[in-house]
Amino acid sequence: MNQTLYQWLDERLGISDIYQVVLDRKVPKVNWWFTLGSASLFLLIVQVITGIMLTVYYVPSPDHAYDSVNYIMNEVQFGWLIRGIHHWAASLLVITVFLHLLRVFFYGAYKYPREFTWITGVVLFIATLGMGFTGYLLPWNQKAYWATTVGTEIAGTAPVIGEFILKVLRGGSDLSGVTLARFFSLHIWIIPAVIAATLGVHLYLVVRLGISHIPSEDE
Amino acid sequence: MSSDSHSSKMERKDFVKIVTTFLGSIMAAVIGLPLISYFITPALEENQQEDWVAVGPLESYPLGEPKVFSFTRSQVNGWERTSQSYGVYVLRQSETEIKVFSNVCTHLSCRVTWDEDDQAYICPCHDASFDKVGQVIHGPPPRPLDEYQTKVEDGTLYIYLLEG
Repeated sequence: MNQTLYQWLDERLGISDIYQVVLDRKVPKVNWWFTLGSASLFLLIVQVITGIMLTVYYVPSPDHAYDSVNYIMNEVQFGWLIRGIHHWAASLLVITVFLHLLRVFFYGAYKYPREFTWITGVVLFIATLGMGFTGYLLPWNQKAYWATTVGTEIAGTAPVIGEFILKVLRGGSDLSGVTLARFFSLHIWIIPAVIAATLGVHLYLVVRLGISHIPSEDE
Repeated sequence: MSSDSHSSKMERKDFVKIVTTFLGSIMAAVIGLPLISYFITPALEENQQEDWVAVGPLESYPLGEPKVFSFTRSQVNGWERTSQSYGVYVLRQSETEIKVFSNVCTHLSCRVTWDEDDQAYICPCHDASFDKVGQVIHGPPPRPLDEYQTKVEDGTLYIYLLEG
């Protein structure tokens, strides 16, 4: 029964073709450093799931943000777990993405024909940092408020256009409810959209080009 | 298992498949079950309050004519404190017989108002009407208006309010 159902689906969806191309592709002999991309992908999926769940209760307004996070932590069943995972996986994701970048750099894996994979990877790295920066404000506690004050202030020190960037980030010259709303929008809509598109290209290229082997000493 | 020579031994590939499926299922359950619980928490919360609420001195209600009494009660929903307004119709049928009706239509919870000319509680949403003692005259409501339990202490009328 299962077998018939599988064959019926496979004939129409091509599941086994996808499986062969994506998972059964040839890989050179590699080491544990080569697992960092998969680790990042796994953590990203965790972030998407826990992040979506957090929006069930979180409200991005100065009146309710702090209280709604408190509610998640203290009242909602497993709220502490969902937010805890989102919190820790966020930090871990920055680490795994950065180590992944270092591995690719030191093994020279960014070279022909994988330059474009590298470029999308850099975009993804910056997007990951952007997620960290925008997500940090959302609890709207003292730490969040002042970290964002400082972070946007740093952006403001850029010559000539600094003032403008600061105002764009804050949605005005002061940190306010407008800032919270746009950071929320960046955090759950804009940057995730960028990540989804860029990651799609990134993974397509990984499958299309395969991964590079560990360079030998005379290379 | 590809050939007979391997039939008694498990291949590495199959082992990995089984372990992945097994661990994957456990992880999905460990994450999935709390997620369900997380999502339905507000529905499980026990926020029932019950209280005798004073609705004013009995003399302020005329005999034979329903009179509305409105009040608000504060309520905590999640992280938000809101005030919930209530409206009740007090009908003194005689010196001793008092009926207090909720103004919530028993059809779909719109609020009914007493219409003196028609001598009926009218619900504006689906054109329902109830007579003076709460019985359905016409329209979709499935049952008469809800009644509150009442008591009179020192000339003050109380109703028994059950929230949630």
